[in-house]
Amino acid sequence: MATTLTCVEIPNGGFTFDNCTRNAHLEKKGMVAPKTRKTGTTIVGMVFEGGVILGADTRATEDTIVADKNCSKIHYIAPNIYCCGAGTAADTEMTTQMISSNLQLLRYNTGRPTRVATANRMLKQYLYRYQGHVSAALVLGGVDCNGAHLYSIHPHGSTDKLPYVTMGSGSLAAMATFEMGYKPNMKRPEAMKLVRDAVAAGIFNDLGSGSNVDLCIIGNNMKVEYLRPFDVANEKGVRQGNYKYKPGTTEVLSKVVKPIKFDIVSETVQEAMDTS
Amino acid sequence: VIMADLMQPFWQGGPSPGLFYEYPGKWSSDVASPSDARNRTSQPTVTGTSVLGLKFTGGVIIAADTLGSYGSMARFRNVSRVMKVNDSTILSAAGDYADFQFIKAEIEQMVIDEEVLNDGFFMSPGAVHSWMTRMLYHRRSKFDPLWNSVTVAGFYNGESFLGSVDKIGIAFKSASVASGFGAYLAQPLMRKAIEDNGDNLSYEKARHVIEECLKVLYYRDARSYNRYEIAVVTKDGVKIEKPSSSKPDWNVANVVRGFE
Repeated sequence: MATTLTCVEIPNGGFTFDNCTRNAHLEKKGMVAPKTRKTGTTIVGMVFEGGVILGADTRATEDTIVADKNCSKIHYIAPNIYCCGAGTAADTEMTTQMISSNLQLLRYNTGRPTRVATANRMLKQYLYRYQGHVSAALVLGGVDCNGAHLYSIHPHGSTDKLPYVTMGSGSLAAMATFEMGYKPNMKRPEAMKLVRDAVAAGIFNDLGSGSNVDLCIIGNNMKVEYLRPFDVANEKGVRQGNYKYKPGTTEVLSKVVKPIKFDIVSETVQEAMDTS
Repeated sequence: VIMADLMQPFWQGGPSPGLFYEYPGKWSSDVASPSDARNRTSQPTVTGTSVLGLKFTGGVIIAADTLGSYGSMARFRNVSRVMKVNDSTILSAAGDYADFQFIKAEIEQMVIDEEVLNDGFFMSPGAVHSWMTRMLYHRRSKFDPLWNSVTVAGFYNGESFLGSVDKIGIAFKSASVASGFGAYLAQPLMRKAIEDNGDNLSYEKARHVIEECLKVLYYRDARSYNRYEIAVVTKDGVKIEKPSSSKPDWNVANVVRGFE
């Protein structure tokens, strides 16, 4: 009798697009794809005199419903690098966490603080490999040995290195605000106000963005200030009326108390359950 | 009985002598029937981009650039998209330029008809807006829209008027209006200016906001042009100014090197 040895197949690596053709085929047959939770969003970043400021709104949407009124869109990448994420919430969360983890390993390996360009390279190479199917649009900002840097990264893997960037559904409103107010080397209070105003323009003019403004300031000394919330722009309204009836509203006219009579039909003794 | 048989026609459901016969499948769905082409506008050809409108105390400002785009080509660079209706009303349109020219001709004829009546009455801005709404909605209901976003502005009876009508008949009045890309880029800026000034903008402030918005649109709208017309209407009448340009600041280019 010949013995058979089953070989473990080494996975090819990279991404197989078989499921995409399968999904397209199923959708043609009438399958309804599950709704993704998106962060229809306003995220912004700006380089100022003292470093880089990242700003974001806090609304997460599931189609037309607000799934989370106060979600956090500014993700940790490294002690000196943070990243705002727009697009599919799961994609931005998992992608930033993965790159953050790999960067920690790299820090152990090299013994050096992370550079923003490294995070940028890792993110864009990952997103390009997935050809836009990982729907993550990111604003990456940080300070390293070469100064303050700000990048915008698109879902297909292209990056731009600029002094001010906006992403998400509210990006046009925010960019209009930046174009009106941006000056090179702004001072800290003025810069914080401009970033807050840009995110607020998105919050109030775009339906996919809302609630509060979060800010993250990474200073030239690599000190990070994570201000969440920086500005509570939308307070929940105070209810004007109370519809609860006061106790005693309904007058009790009479009260009758009767015991419920029941007959014992059978009695059994059950041994303890075997929960081992 | 033999006579009755002879009375029946030789064939049924076929061509009738002397008449055109529409056989089934005459017009396949691939070939557009001539009646279709005459009856529906399916796409605009020469288009104008955003139009901005902003109310201030004492009047209204409207602005539009002078570009007629042919798809992605900047084909006609000296096109006027703003028109004076009468001494109290101005009108501007984004979208198909041919449809705007049609509207312009119709309104100009209406104004002439009014003057001919010689009774001292003329159309109020509200009336023009109303007429525009009815016209556009009627055309949309016939599946043959005038492919425009029209902005109507005026000053009548001591009050400013600013209204917008869409190609599908969505009509409303507001303190600030913007069509096309202006809705995404300029509207947030105009709304903020109104809010920061307690809903009471002066002419200088409103003018400044409009000019800033036109600059931002030139930066960020890929179908815009750096030449625009501004029209102001106040109690003193209508003034459509000569075309002017924004002064864009490209200094940010000095800081940008590469993409990573």
